[in-house]
Amino acid sequence: MEVWALQLFNGLSLSSILLLIALGLALSFGLMNVINLAHGEFIMLGAYTVYALQQAAMALTGDVSSSVTFIMAIPLSFVVAGAVGMLVEAGLIRFLYQRPLDTLLATVGVGIFLQQLARSIFGAPNVQVVAPWWLTGGLELTDGLVLPIKRLFIIALVLVCIAGLYWYMYRSSEGRRTRAVMQNREMAASLGVSTRRVDNLTFALGSGLAGLAGCGLTLIGPIGPSLGTFYIVDAFIVVILGGLGQIPGTILAALIIGILNTVFEFGTTAVVGKVLVFAMVILFLQWRPNGLVRVRGR
Amino acid sequence: MSGLSMLRPGMIATCVKVALGALLLISVIACSSAAPAATTAPAQTMKETAPTAPASDAMAGSMKEDASGVIKVGVLHSLSGTMSISETAVKDATLLAIEEINASGGVLGKQIEPVIEDGASDWPTFAEKAKKLIQSDEVAVVFGGWTSASRKAMLPVFEANNGLLFYPVQYEGLETSPNIFYTGATTNQQIVPAVEYLLKEGNTKFYLLGSDYVFPRTSNLIINKQLKAAGLEAVGEEYTPLGHTEYSTVIAKIRSAEPDVVFNTLNGDSNVAFFKQLKDAGISPEDLTTVSVSVAEEEITGIGAENMVGHLVAWNYFQTTETPENTKFVSAFKTKYGENRVTDDPIEAGYFGVYIWAKAVEKAGSTDVAAVKEAAKGLQFQAPGGLVTVHDSNQHVAKTVRIGAVRDDGQIDEIWNSGSPVVPDPYLDTYDWASGLRESVQ
Repeated sequence: MEVWALQLFNGLSLSSILLLIALGLALSFGLMNVINLAHGEFIMLGAYTVYALQQAAMALTGDVSSSVTFIMAIPLSFVVAGAVGMLVEAGLIRFLYQRPLDTLLATVGVGIFLQQLARSIFGAPNVQVVAPWWLTGGLELTDGLVLPIKRLFIIALVLVCIAGLYWYMYRSSEGRRTRAVMQNREMAASLGVSTRRVDNLTFALGSGLAGLAGCGLTLIGPIGPSLGTFYIVDAFIVVILGGLGQIPGTILAALIIGILNTVFEFGTTAVVGKVLVFAMVILFLQWRPNGLVRVRGR
Repeated sequence: MSGLSMLRPGMIATCVKVALGALLLISVIACSSAAPAATTAPAQTMKETAPTAPASDAMAGSMKEDASGVIKVGVLHSLSGTMSISETAVKDATLLAIEEINASGGVLGKQIEPVIEDGASDWPTFAEKAKKLIQSDEVAVVFGGWTSASRKAMLPVFEANNGLLFYPVQYEGLETSPNIFYTGATTNQQIVPAVEYLLKEGNTKFYLLGSDYVFPRTSNLIINKQLKAAGLEAVGEEYTPLGHTEYSTVIAKIRSAEPDVVFNTLNGDSNVAFFKQLKDAGISPEDLTTVSVSVAEEEITGIGAENMVGHLVAWNYFQTTETPENTKFVSAFKTKYGENRVTDDPIEAGYFGVYIWAKAVEKAGSTDVAAVKEAAKGLQFQAPGGLVTVHDSNQHVAKTVRIGAVRDDGQIDEIWNSGSPVVPDPYLDTYDWASGLRESVQ
């Protein structure tokens, strides 16, 4: 019984991680049709932002695991990754909007470039981020059922991201313009919406969310130059299964994949579990090529 | 507003192409030759037959070893890609040894000149670069490799060209190439004694966890045989893909299997995720012993010492090993590469491998491969980790086995050692329970 409760929690936790890495991609790939293979590297940027901030705090105050530093790192990782995303969009992606396949090539290049940049600045070995004291340990419900605080924190971070994204898309004027451009670009442009600005902001937002994911992942995973490569495939699978352009679909897909993966892995092995999940996703897409949530064409 | 750019779309398209081309070129260069060690021209193709224009004077002296008074040696590690995490430090140690030998007069009165190549964490690249080093640079020896996959890829190249490779990492054994010297541990110098130690400590329920490739699978094959001989059976055996970062389910499985000890052959970044998540799940070394054979001081820095305190590791050398040679080695390494750097087992093996080769060359009076191999037989060297002796026939080295516990500063406290150097036995021929192992892999 306890094992199953724990596995349910593990499934939710994996879902939250998948969602965290896929949300940003749902914007750039789902809404803008940019095949952003550098998405993983934006995650890495977020992770290294936390590391750099902790090292700076260490040099200034001698305290590497200060709570203030970590809390500051959360918005900062969003800003740093978002700013780099903005630059990449303005300097490269915007020339390629009519050619999705070229965005694939170009962003692979950006990804390799960012990886090597990280390697040159921070060195090839993994680095360490120290979690503040209030994130260590677990919430002990019963003897065998311990919920790690870090995983609860990541679930909370995802909920905040979803709420923020919902507010941005449906409650702010920028978001209204974004939705207008996604629905009908020419019409929005002729009504005076600056599509350039919308594209730029949306891509930056997607990159910023990747940065936030990187910040959260420092708590449970490795932090090194090639960190992004571990997550990029999962992120694409989630977005594709969810249906392009559909944030609710992305959320649903992350939940399904996360829970199925955990169940299969528990019943078989890590490798077989993953193979089963991928096989099911492929079969599902044969049946419904547009993913879980379909966009109505017009 | 954007009228100007609207006027000349053709020009913009050209700009884009140029920019894209440039970006790709930059990334390819960045990828193929890591910044600190670019001794070859970046545009070099994979064909070894056409040596490109020398990028430095270093390469110009090919064929003129005697006249120019240098002996060229190859250093072939992954300086980019996923394995660069571990391999760059071994390259650093190899270069340190070369520098020290040169400072004390070189070999046969000549200076050693390293030719550095990047294996790029890609096994065919290792084979290509090895071929290039032997055939076009005509190096006397190559120091390099880390993963068993890279070694297996280079092995036929060294055998076909009669080259010489010094391989510095512990591995799964079951191999003796006449053209390779193995300065890392084979199984009976790391895994087998670690299991013996755990059995002696009264552990009976073993859980085997590893990455899904040749080293962990072969290691666990051996461990299973060893357990069977002791009348035991592993309570679980689990493999995860390289680069796997989600261990909550594996940890739940370990919890239900209730083992005494987890024998960990995970490699690379997965270790970071595993130990962070194990600690978060509330499992401490007091609850569950883990022994790792691919986690050394360098990896502990990335995992975070506080996530690994008290867990066990098995190696032949720790930075804390107390020998006069080690004090000297650690301080030289830190002086050259920075106070925050650490040394560990493969780094040490990469370092003393150069000395063994140099001593063999001095003894042979030449860099000829056959002569060096002959001279190396039984050769002894006081390495930082203690006395090492090259085996007469299998070209591995006898070295002391050590088991240690991780401290809160990321260093390792030795809790057990084999007392004297253990003679290498790559096929485990001297162990009764391992009979049939040699046949099972051939």
